[in-house]
Amino acid sequence: MKVWVWADVTEDGPSSGTLEVLTKARDLGDEVAAVALGPGAKAAAGPLGEHGATTVFASDDAVFDDHLAQPAVHALAGLVEEHQPDVMLFPTSYDARDVAGRLQARTGSTLMANATDVLGPDTARTEILGGTKIVDVELSGPAPKLVLIRPQSFEAKASGGTAEVIEVPADIPGELKNAERTERHEEESSGPRLEDAKVVVAGGRGLGGPEAFELLDKLAAAIGNAAVGASRAAVDAGWVPYSYQVGQTGKTVKPEVYLCAGISGALQHLVGMKGAKRIVAITKDADAPILKIADLGVVGDLFQVVPALTEEIEKRRTGS
Amino acid sequence: MNVIVLTKWVPEPEGTPKLGDDGLLVREGADGALDPGDEYGLEAALQLVETVGEGEVTLISMGPEVAHAALQRGLAMGAHNGVRITDDALRGSDSLATARVLAKAIERQDFDLVIAGVESTDGYTGTVPATIAELLSLPSLTFARELHLSDDTLTIERQTATGYDDVVSPLPAVVTVTAGATEPRYPSLKGVMAAKSKPVETLSLADLGLSADDVQPTQKVVNVTDAPPKQGGETIEADDTTPARIVEVLVEAKVL
Repeated sequence: MKVWVWADVTEDGPSSGTLEVLTKARDLGDEVAAVALGPGAKAAAGPLGEHGATTVFASDDAVFDDHLAQPAVHALAGLVEEHQPDVMLFPTSYDARDVAGRLQARTGSTLMANATDVLGPDTARTEILGGTKIVDVELSGPAPKLVLIRPQSFEAKASGGTAEVIEVPADIPGELKNAERTERHEEESSGPRLEDAKVVVAGGRGLGGPEAFELLDKLAAAIGNAAVGASRAAVDAGWVPYSYQVGQTGKTVKPEVYLCAGISGALQHLVGMKGAKRIVAITKDADAPILKIADLGVVGDLFQVVPALTEEIEKRRTGS
Repeated sequence: MNVIVLTKWVPEPEGTPKLGDDGLLVREGADGALDPGDEYGLEAALQLVETVGEGEVTLISMGPEVAHAALQRGLAMGAHNGVRITDDALRGSDSLATARVLAKAIERQDFDLVIAGVESTDGYTGTVPATIAELLSLPSLTFARELHLSDDTLTIERQTATGYDDVVSPLPAVVTVTAGATEPRYPSLKGVMAAKSKPVETLSLADLGLSADDVQPTQKVVNVTDAPPKQGGETIEADDTTPARIVEVLVEAKVL
């Protein structure tokens, strides 16, 4: 079976989601190829090969990065038509979703989003209702079956291979260069990335406003190697930027400890954090759904518990 | 400036959704509403048309008859007219069928811009707007958290994992708008009354020149199981010992 992987690449290399998906593709298919388009693509062939791609279709041309989705889909659709893969897996990212969606219009094939596993060439698994139900879905219709995989569904493991690089032509018709990325802006907060942090401290509606996030910042600083996240409610209210969001529409995290305050545990949030090794939830709502999945649920006032906890940790650190 | 807003009726977003024997969400007889994720895009559309000073906002929705409630909400917020595609063959439609139907319905309109939410609150697929854009050979500007229009050029701030990108495109185009991008207005009493007399066209698949073969579902739920429940959790009332209890968890996890 030919399994292809859409690789999200930058000058810094392939994304972690790409390597996770590639690791799965390796188990699934006997011919595994990756498609990497944009600056950094050829350099990424190294790690892509190490994670299971035997072929990397690549172009470093900036056209794939300067214009949203359309040039990439033009090139990808050509490759798919020529090589006829059975399955094409995508990591779930902003750009990959657009590429998968547009490719579907070209191939007329099925597209399954939010998959957590791929069981075979025609069956994928997803979790719904906040991860309380596991659903297996049979995929039919023309190849390639398109499957978008949720982040952190698999662990990325190198297998030590190398990939042959095949140059992808970058002759893109002018009418596909309409949507142009003119500038990038970074808004990352200090400290570790949410996805990498050993501890995630997250806040929700119960914080009541942006000021209360300072309490979480202080707690995260006291713990060390901790990142601050938020529920959709807090992001939609404008208290913290979208890059903080944990959940269906935001990031998926699997830290050693997920410590949240003022989050009730809507289905959309649980999907993004229920894979944490340990969950501590502080909420004043004794009926909150988050308490059902917490290892330690604390019913009380976060404005007392969080500062007291920060103080306790600082005391421990200084040994006083 | 004519803007089409794609709207979806979803089962009550705050309620607990139910699964039928076929593994599909039960929509019949369920309480439902306009997808809250669509209100941000609708608000953006209304603002654009108001700023330009001419043109209309048209809602297009695919769904069963109950979906009319979602259109009514959008019309009450200020949209000028609506199109609803209802057909028995569309039950359980997948993302490709949905995109084909909506693209056909869009084609019949005179429009400058198509706006949708980033993803629906019940399905979360998040690819339908991009598929529609490809079917219509239009650029897709996704994850817009801000939109600015100057002449025939649209500029958006596109949300990214670490910040945002500026993306510029000529019109027509398809844009998806993130939740929180705008502050959706509440319908006024006048708006609710006026909505009742605004035109809503009802179309079938045949009206769009499509057949049941064009919308054959390509996905079938073959197995549903309950995820294993969490074991050994404990809930306590906060007191003076709580900080020490949480520290214990952090120490066990070797992060302190």
